[in-house]
Amino acid sequence: MFQSRGSVGIVDKPFSRQGKQEVALSSFSYLFGEVVQYCQSRVSNIGELERKLDEVGYGVGLRLLEVLCYRERAQRRETRLLDMLKFVHSTLWKYLFGRQARDLEQSNTAEDEYMISDSDLFVTKYVSVPREMGHFNPAAFVAGVVRGVLEGAGFPARVTAHYVPVKDQARPKTVILMKFQHYSAIMQREQRIPG
Amino acid sequence: MPAMYSLWIVGRNGGLLYSRDFWQLPPIEFNDKLRLASSWFGMCGISAQLSPMPDSSGIQLMQADTFDLHSFHTLTGTTFMLLTEPHTPDAAELLRTTVYELYCDYVLKNPFHEMDQVVKSELFDHNLVALFAAVNRRWGVGLAQ
Repeated sequence: MFQSRGSVGIVDKPFSRQGKQEVALSSFSYLFGEVVQYCQSRVSNIGELERKLDEVGYGVGLRLLEVLCYRERAQRRETRLLDMLKFVHSTLWKYLFGRQARDLEQSNTAEDEYMISDSDLFVTKYVSVPREMGHFNPAAFVAGVVRGVLEGAGFPARVTAHYVPVKDQARPKTVILMKFQHYSAIMQREQRIPG
Repeated sequence: MPAMYSLWIVGRNGGLLYSRDFWQLPPIEFNDKLRLASSWFGMCGISAQLSPMPDSSGIQLMQADTFDLHSFHTLTGTTFMLLTEPHTPDAAELLRTTVYELYCDYVLKNPFHEMDQVVKSELFDHNLVALFAAVNRRWGVGLAQ
């Protein structure tokens, strides 16, 4: 209330209008590179590095769920699994990467596993993982974001990122694998919700 | 016939960080490469001191009867050396824009690269080879891998 005209505090700005702010890809890449290096200096193996990046993403995911629900969904949050997955696949992806993810599919082998696959996520765009680091995928950060969003919405899941080679393409695609915990409980809950 | 021969990258302390041939060239032993690269680095430094005017860039182009050597010093002190056929057009331009851009993108933005350490980025390698293969092809000379 003591705010002078002209300088509006961040909480007073309208939600919807400050939505489309973009950051230069280079700036993001350098920052992300530093985040990876920072995490790397504090771990002793690849699994821990992925977990660290996942933790960084988790906080981002929790916050993103909140703000995206307000901004794009007219203050409504999805309560059904499929709708939530679509939210991740389209709304979240559009906010993070400027477009929808390429594929969203259910695993053939386990019904509580879903996969989002995409190529050229910009966390992996400039990164060449050294051979000695094996299967490390920097998209562990994105996996963390997805985990944060899902957990915040009431669908706790184990989310991991993997490189999967594609035929006739030099670069592998990235698959975000979501394995939901208490899947049967989620299904029962959905049946109780009317229509 | 214009053609790109090879690219060398020399670090801020004169160590060879990267070298790659785009042409069938007689092999140079690795230790000799290191020695040549750091000698060139030193000569560029000396040439800058020879300049009667302040703020000289040092050697930018050395021409011989069998090859041209384009040398590009970035603001941060990295040196790029591009060896080409004599009088190959656009080489300096290519080095200053496209090659430097690839280096900035795929080497410097790679979290696993450390400054002044040997360049091991697969993507950089891949894109660089593709770029020079395309350039050489444009002049009608096939890439000898």
